[in-house]
Amino acid sequence: MTERLTVPKTHKLFIGGRFPRSESGRSFIVTDSKRRFLANAALASRKDARDAVVAARKAFPGWSGATAYNRGQVLYRVAELLEGRRRQFVDEVIAAEGLTSKHAQEVVGASIDRWISYAGWSDKIAQIDGAANPVSGPYFDFSVPEPTGVVAIVAPQKSALLGLVSVLAPVIVTGCTAVVLASESRPLPAVTLSEVLATSDVPAGVVNVLSGHTEEVAPWLAAHMDVNAVDLTGAPIQLAADLERSAAENLKRVLRPPVDGEPDWTGESDVDRIRFVLETKTVWHPIGI
Amino acid sequence: MTSTPCLARAGLGEVTASDSSLRRFLHGLPGVDEVAAEARAAMLATRSIKADAKQFALELPIRMIDLTTLEGRDTTGKVATLCAKARQPEPSDPDVPPVAAVCVYPDLVSEARRCLEGSGVKVASVATGFPSGRTSLAVKVHDTMDAIDAGADEVDMVIDRAAFFVGRYRQIFDEIRAVKQACGQLHLKVILETGELATYDNVRRASWLAMLAGADFIKTSTGKVSPAATLPVTLVMLEAVRDFRDATGRQVGVKPAGGIRTAKDAIRYLVLVNETAGPDWLDPAWFRFGASSLLNDLLMQRQRMHTGRYAGPDYFTVD
Repeated sequence: MTERLTVPKTHKLFIGGRFPRSESGRSFIVTDSKRRFLANAALASRKDARDAVVAARKAFPGWSGATAYNRGQVLYRVAELLEGRRRQFVDEVIAAEGLTSKHAQEVVGASIDRWISYAGWSDKIAQIDGAANPVSGPYFDFSVPEPTGVVAIVAPQKSALLGLVSVLAPVIVTGCTAVVLASESRPLPAVTLSEVLATSDVPAGVVNVLSGHTEEVAPWLAAHMDVNAVDLTGAPIQLAADLERSAAENLKRVLRPPVDGEPDWTGESDVDRIRFVLETKTVWHPIGI
Repeated sequence: MTSTPCLARAGLGEVTASDSSLRRFLHGLPGVDEVAAEARAAMLATRSIKADAKQFALELPIRMIDLTTLEGRDTTGKVATLCAKARQPEPSDPDVPPVAAVCVYPDLVSEARRCLEGSGVKVASVATGFPSGRTSLAVKVHDTMDAIDAGADEVDMVIDRAAFFVGRYRQIFDEIRAVKQACGQLHLKVILETGELATYDNVRRASWLAMLAGADFIKTSTGKVSPAATLPVTLVMLEAVRDFRDATGRQVGVKPAGGIRTAKDAIRYLVLVNETAGPDWLDPAWFRFGASSLLNDLLMQRQRMHTGRYAGPDYFTVD
C-alpha cells in the first residue's frame, strides 16, 4: 500500500463570515518556533483591511442590538466549541509558541475559560458601569454604557491564542465588532479560532481576522475614519506613536501597547478592557408625567 | 454589431406609420445574444482604473448624478436638504462640483426650483403617472404640464409596459410624442422600466421605440422595481443609442437609475459607456446616474484619494 500524503491546509483570512484569500493574491511563509516551515498564510493588504471594516460596520447594528443575555450565550457557545477542538489548539499552540505539551494544555484551557469569564460580564457590565444619578430636579437620570462601534485590534505578538482571546472577547462582549490583525509571526491559532467563530453563533462580520505584516496593515486601520477604537496591545513600540497620531484624526479610543512588554496573560480577566470600548450615554427622564 | 438594417431602407415616417409597421421594424431588430451581452458587461467590469484616470472617474460621475428622492413621504424639507447637497455636495471642499440635477415628484418641483435658483443644477420631475404609467393620455399630458409649469427643466416619463407587452407600440409612440410636444425644448427622459421588460430583446425594442418617438434620454428604471439598472441592460441601451445616431444623426442620452450605490459601480458604468457608445457620451449632457446614496460613496472615495486614509460615513451628510 502506498503511503498516504497529508493534505495541507490553506490558511485564509476571515472577513464577514467568509474565508477569502487576500485580494492581493499574496501569501507568506509561517514557521514554527524552531523556524521550520509550518504553512503558507494569506498576506492581507490594505484593501482586505478596508473590506474587514465594512463587514464589521455592517454587523454592528445587529450585534450591538442583541440582548446582553444573548451575547453572553454566544460567547459561551464559542467556549463550548473550543473545548471540542482542544487537541487541535494544543498542537497549534505548541507549534506556534514552542511550549511544552503540558504548558500548552494549560494555555488552551485558560483560553476557553477566558471566553466563559467574559461571557459572564455581558449583562453585568451595565450594572457596574451604569448609574442612576442623583440630580436636583424632578428627573430620573441614568448613565448607561454603550458599545463604541468598530474596534481594530493589533493582537499580541507572542501569545497567539490566549493573548488573542484576552483582547478579543472583552471587545465583542460589549456589542462592539472587531477587526483583528493577528500575530505577525504566529497567525495560525488565530486562523483556526476564526473557523471556530464561523461555526459558533457569532454573526458574520462581528469578528474579522487578518493575517499579515503589522507594519503594512495597522496604519490603515489606525487612520480609518470608520473605526472607533484601536487596541495597540500587539503593536511594536516604534510603530505605536505613529499609529496613535493617525488614530487622533477622528478621536479614536486608543489602548497603548504595554511599556514593559507583553503581559503574562494567565492572570484574571480585565474589566478595564471591557470599559475601554464603552461610551457612556446619559438619559434624563421626567418624573410624574 | 449594427441593428438598423431596415431603417436605412424605409424612412422614419414609414416605420412609425402604424402599429404593424412599427412591429415589423422593432421585431426586425437583431436579437440580443444574452450570454455574450452579460459576458461582455462582466468583462468590462473587471477593468482596473487607477491614479489620474481614477480621479477623473470619481469626479465625472458626481456631475452626472440626478440626485433623486421619489418616496411617498417626501416633504419640502427633505427636498430642500437634497437641493443643498446637490449645490454643494461636500461643504468642506468647494472644489467638488455640483450634481447634474435633482429629481423629484411634480408637486415638489416648485420647492426644488426655489432651492436651486442660480446654481445651474437642473430640476427633473417624474411625470405621466409615475411609476406605473397607468393613466389616460390626457392625464399624462396634464401631469407633465403641471411639472413644467412648476419649473421643471427635465421630465422623466414612464412608458405603458402593458401596452408594450400586448404589442400596442403605436400607442406608446403617440404617448411619448404627445409628452415630448408638451415638453417642447425641455429634455424628455423616457423610462423603459427594464426590470419589467423581461428580455434584452425587449429592452432593445423599447429603446428604439422611445428614440423614434423623440426621447432625448432613455432611462432604465423607476427604482420601484427590482432588478433596477444592471450593466448588461445598460450595455444594450448604449448600443441602441450608438446605432440610432449612426442611422439618424441624432444623439440620445442614457440614464441608468436604481441600485447604483458605490463608486466602483459608477466607474464600471463609465467604462461601459466609453467602450460601447464612445467618449461622446462621457458627459453629463449624455449620460446620467439616477441615484442618491452613490453621491456619498463617491465623496468618500474622493476623500480617500486626497487624504490617503479611508473615509467613514459619519463625516458625510445622511440622506
